[in-house]
Amino acid sequence: MTFKIAASPHAHQRRTTQQVMRWVYLALIPGVLVQTYFFGFGVYVQLALALLTAWVAEGLAMRMRGRPVAHAWQDHTAIVTAVLLAISIPALAPWWIIVMGTAFAVIVVKHVYGGVGQNLFNPAMAGYVLLLISFPVQMTSWPIPNELAQLQVSLNDTVSLIFSGYTQAGYNLEQLRMGADGITMATPLDSLRNDLNHQLTLSEALTKPIFDDLAGIGWAWINIAFLLGGLVLIKQKIISWHIPGGMLVGLLVPAAIYWLFNPDQAITPMLHALSGATMLGAFFIATDPVTAATSNKGRWVFGLLVGFLVFVIRTWGGYPDAVAFAVLLANMTVPVIDKYTQPIAYGHGGRS
Amino acid sequence: MSVATKAIEAGHIWTFPGGIHPPERKEISNQTPIAPLALAQEYYLPVKQHSGAPGELLVQVGDYVKAGQVLTQVGANNGLPVHAPTSGTIAAIGPGIIAHPSGLADTVITIRADGNDEHVALEPLTDYTQLSRAELLDRIKNAGIAGLGGAGFPTAQKLALQRPLDYLIINGVECEPYISADDRLMREHAQTIIDGTEILLHIAGCEKALIAIEANKPEAIAAFEALLDKHPQLALRVVPVKYPSGGEKQLIQLLTGRQVPSRGLPIDIGLVMQNVGTAFAVAQAVLQGKPLIERVVTVTGENVEKPGNYWVRLGTPVAYLLAQCGFKPEPEQRVIMGGPMMGFTLADLSVPVVKITNCILVPSSQELAPAQDEMACIRCGACADVCPAQLLPQQLQWLAKAKDYDGLEQQNLFDCIECGACAYVCPSEIPLVHYYRKAKAEIRNIAREKAKAEVARERFEARQERLEREKQERLERHRKAAEARKKAQAEAVAQGGDNPQDAVQAAIARAKARKAAQAAAAQQKNKEGDDA
Ligand code: SF4
Ligand code: SF4
Repeated sequence: MTFKIAASPHAHQRRTTQQVMRWVYLALIPGVLVQTYFFGFGVYVQLALALLTAWVAEGLAMRMRGRPVAHAWQDHTAIVTAVLLAISIPALAPWWIIVMGTAFAVIVVKHVYGGVGQNLFNPAMAGYVLLLISFPVQMTSWPIPNELAQLQVSLNDTVSLIFSGYTQAGYNLEQLRMGADGITMATPLDSLRNDLNHQLTLSEALTKPIFDDLAGIGWAWINIAFLLGGLVLIKQKIISWHIPGGMLVGLLVPAAIYWLFNPDQAITPMLHALSGATMLGAFFIATDPVTAATSNKGRWVFGLLVGFLVFVIRTWGGYPDAVAFAVLLANMTVPVIDKYTQPIAYGHGGRS
Repeated sequence: MSVATKAIEAGHIWTFPGGIHPPERKEISNQTPIAPLALAQEYYLPVKQHSGAPGELLVQVGDYVKAGQVLTQVGANNGLPVHAPTSGTIAAIGPGIIAHPSGLADTVITIRADGNDEHVALEPLTDYTQLSRAELLDRIKNAGIAGLGGAGFPTAQKLALQRPLDYLIINGVECEPYISADDRLMREHAQTIIDGTEILLHIAGCEKALIAIEANKPEAIAAFEALLDKHPQLALRVVPVKYPSGGEKQLIQLLTGRQVPSRGLPIDIGLVMQNVGTAFAVAQAVLQGKPLIERVVTVTGENVEKPGNYWVRLGTPVAYLLAQCGFKPEPEQRVIMGGPMMGFTLADLSVPVVKITNCILVPSSQELAPAQDEMACIRCGACADVCPAQLLPQQLQWLAKAKDYDGLEQQNLFDCIECGACAYVCPSEIPLVHYYRKAKAEIRNIAREKAKAEVARERFEARQERLEREKQERLERHRKAAEARKKAQAEAVAQGGDNPQDAVQAAIARAKARKAAQAAAAQQKNKEGDDA
């Protein structure tokens, strides 16, 4: 009788890529629920569209590359890309936005670079930036939080809006985004940037109805929900704390210093932390292992860099939010970071 | 005393980077005392069970041997003898399968046991301190003792390196899951291990030994704590549970904060490490004169009915050992020699237990699921996080697949201890260590080829030089002969006057001589051509 030959180690931690990815999208659920609460059902339609597109795009790309299609679907990385993109774009954006972005993310950013593990850029964020540059209006038209809205949007209206641009009653997105004063409402960060640029002081800018005591209505809670999901990931050892920690420090420390010197003109650290995609970016986007630095030291540097870039772009840049740009810029520096943060191998003069 | 030494003395435990916590599963085998194993009918003794040269055979087919009788003889400096594990006759000597990952064959002595288990008379010692260091080393070597923990390096050879030593480290960590051979040995034979440690200290001329045990072995720790009061040269160090804290380099880091230099030895930083099993064997060899003919082997896994630890004679076929333990193989059964992290699978169970065999593991496919298909690396960095050698396993993997050997050396492939931590965590189930082993073997092959080519080149050059020298010598000879001829002619002319006829004669003679010389030279050349 002969016995089976296998290479050591024979023990294996049962945590496959699929399981890792599953943890990531499960940890996003609280954030998505909160987002639904404030901004309606749009996000589900976007999720459905993104997942469908990712599934088709992944299959097409694998077929074109002559690789086993099932293999790619199995690892669930495309699902994470789709989900991240779907929750990053405005909930009521027209359907072709998300379809285009997802297809670009999967086919070009991921597969043209050689598929899973080979891509230089974070696919979801590259897709986001492509959309933002190409369709700035649609990409910045966030619906207003339900509690401020003049018109309530039903699920049917949502679907109808996304696919035709009008609710069943014939309102378009612009009309829905108007506040009680008949002025279109921007997102908190957008509004702040505009107002600060127009020589309002911070306290004046914060009197807009989209702000409550914490930060922007809805946005603060969404960020807190993503923060919670992220902490779960750290607890589960799916991600290490180095990137989110680095990113928050890199963002909040310069923001605090700048704010101390310009208390009237600067966004407060609190607003930075709880607005836009800060927490989503820190825990779910910048932590994408493929496109981040590899050693813990490198991850810390990478996180700091992302955070700092977010601060710079939010403060002086031309776009309201900055996470996507910051992540992509930091992605480009990863080879350099890796080179200079490579740990010293045992026995090569490092210290214990 | 420096700060660092003070910390070592105070029992400070450092840490090492990375590491993993696989399920330990030692409870399967460590519940019962080490049991004797009934004698087998046949034993297979590979003549080489250690790293180094094999010995010369001292027996022939048909000879009768007793347990403990020496079967091979070794040179002065390296190699180790093997001994008959029981009494019986030599049934065969020839190539046989040995326990090695490659499944290679080597010379194996087959002994058919007679069942009487007669032993050769032992020569105990009452006071080993009366013996010289060389005599003690001889005693250890003649007992055939090799490191029982891993690579099987001859123990006497390790001790013979006379260099200043700060500490002798006795490794009782046994961090590999499932294995409990050292654990049971420490629980049951702590005193003998301590005796062996003191002998080792004496031989090494070292003042202090550190006995390291992993925190998950409270009984073994208690056994030593109870005895160590009376042995001030020995100190106990309990190290936290983490794989691979029992690796030589990692344990050194844990206990001393020092790092063995790359491609160096522990002795370069004033340390020597021996396994607890080796210390036990040394005590038996030196005090009682017992050669190494048996060792503790853990038999474990869900597919044996009687898991536990056994005193197993060297040469016992694995098939017999497993049969004694109620082996129930399943389809696609893996039989692992060693533990789940670093052990290797056996295709053929006729291979024998040897000096370095510490465990036979027969897992069910539930407890250790077989490897899945390898997926693409997602560059998650999990492997780098757990690498105790602080390497970048994912990088190494790419370089290995690309056969970039320079890159591999730059990324310190040879500092990889093959602990398997990286492959253990890899979510894509890439058999990383497998790739490293292959790459290492290829690099070694290339180096060997290079060395061979170098030798061949040197030989060629030496031969060219020889030929050139011979040619010069020949030319010199011809020149001298020609001169002598000229001189003789001149003399003849001087004696017989200027005779034109003579001159013509002489010219003819010269031409003839030249032709002959040319012919001879041509012949010579042809001959050289044949030689070349
Ligand atoms: S753990 Fe596996 S998948 Fe992750 S980086 Fe290492 S080799 Fe690649
Ligand atoms: S096997 Fe080698 S590369 Fe992998 S973790 Fe161990 S030392 Fe590091």
